[in-house]
Amino acid sequence: MRAVITVIGQDTVGIISKVSAYLAEKQINIVDITQSVLSEFFCMVMLVDLESSTEAFSDTVDALGAIGRENHLDIHVMHEDIFNSMHKI
Amino acid sequence: MHMLSTNSILETINMITEEHLDIRTITMGISLLDCISDDINVACERVYDKLTKTARDLVKVGEQIEKEYGIPIVHKRVSVTPISILGNACKTEDLVPFAKTLDRAAQALGINFIGGFTALVHKGYTKGDHRLIASIPEALATTERVCSSVNVATTKAGINMDAVAEMGRVVKLAAELTAENGCIGPAKLVVFANAPEDNPFMAGAFHGVGEGDAVINVGVSGPGVVHHAIQKAGDCDITQIADTIKKTAFKITRVGQLVANEASRRLGVPFGIVDLSLAPTPAVGDSVAHILEEMGLERCGGPGTTATLALLNDAVKKGGTMASSHVGGLSGAFIPVSEDAGMIDSVKCGALSLEKLEAMTAVCSVGLDMIVVPGDVSASTISALIADEISIGVVNTKTTAVRVIPAIGKEVGDVLEFGGLLGSGPVMPISSFSAERFISRGGRIPAPLQSLKN
Repeated sequence: MRAVITVIGQDTVGIISKVSAYLAEKQINIVDITQSVLSEFFCMVMLVDLESSTEAFSDTVDALGAIGRENHLDIHVMHEDIFNSMHKI
Repeated sequence: MHMLSTNSILETINMITEEHLDIRTITMGISLLDCISDDINVACERVYDKLTKTARDLVKVGEQIEKEYGIPIVHKRVSVTPISILGNACKTEDLVPFAKTLDRAAQALGINFIGGFTALVHKGYTKGDHRLIASIPEALATTERVCSSVNVATTKAGINMDAVAEMGRVVKLAAELTAENGCIGPAKLVVFANAPEDNPFMAGAFHGVGEGDAVINVGVSGPGVVHHAIQKAGDCDITQIADTIKKTAFKITRVGQLVANEASRRLGVPFGIVDLSLAPTPAVGDSVAHILEEMGLERCGGPGTTATLALLNDAVKKGGTMASSHVGGLSGAFIPVSEDAGMIDSVKCGALSLEKLEAMTAVCSVGLDMIVVPGDVSASTISALIADEISIGVVNTKTTAVRVIPAIGKEVGDVLEFGGLLGSGPVMPISSFSAERFISRGGRIPAPLQSLKN
């Protein structure tokens, strides 16, 4: 399955590195990534493939949520189908 | 780029985190027809076993979907075959043991409501219907999670006025028996015309006899999302408002359909319907009244309210229908007074009256919902209120319902607190002119003509 990870918050050093280090550790492949900084607000959207992930998806949701809270960022990890169903016919 | 635009992704996340988008309920309908026995204890045991087996994974699967898709699923619930049908076979008169069994099963399953302590008497009563309706006040007073409903009319059968008269007394007694507990009894009781057999929303959910053995029905919500979309549309004309609502309803309903498919697949239970509803909660930013005000009303309840509600209700259905493979249930905007912060404010400031609410129910889903009236109102006045509301449904070939709460010991100006999703209801004035003689006549109002429509 594939999921969309969004990271939103104050721009600080090493945000992408923290998230991608965790993903690499769990064998979660980044398929696509886009990021922008808008008036100090950092917004990163990643599409990831969890086919080879070494942990349950719900654990990934929890772990990245925790990384977000530690760094004062809003991190959401959601199955890509919720976006596809809402925005594609 | 295989990814959706960042804007689309952020829009979805914003709907969930800022605008209260949620799946209001995954409701599993379960047939209890195979639990019938002439011994009520045996029947209750079969009911308990069937419910706890069939819906065993409902809460777990609901929570999994919630986590993986990042969408809150507020309730996981169960609806069952109208218990009056099982009550027909029993040798005993009192059907309260069925209610207690449903309550116990709901507790074991970890769900907050179970619906189906129900009788369908639109044309006449069976023995089981008499027993069930007589058991309602005690059933609601001695259980926490059981919801009850009685269908007293259909467009094809007309209105059973004996049942309307009886339900006035039942509502009053249900309030009296729970007077110490915020008169919660009648908040769990719905009197219907044209009740749908696949409604996932409480308190009126039951699993109709035309349904299969088990089914998954999903109710969506999202008044906050619609409100924000209209706000964003700014000073546009009404055509654009209708289009905005349709597009928003489409998006909301697609999420409902996704969750329904996923729940059905994981539970191995067929998908039934998605109920296209705008169901408010007392939370700030989750109000149907505020949508109507955003369209340009000073207050919900003032002139223009029926027109804005008609537009909203129709646009929600048009947008939602294409987003779902099967639509059913109540499908429309709900206007429960105590559960909607904007409605509560409108009542408190005198903008919204019982009479205006009745008019509003002619163009939206359900009916006079979660309305608190003074505790000294007579049973025949409640019956007359029911008769009025039910007539609107029967003549207009739609579902209408009454969930009215006599606040024992309280009068106009007081507030009845239910807490939680049921919110709090200001006691509303009700006309003091009597309908006693009309209600005491009994009999049936014949089915209305379906042509010569003017």
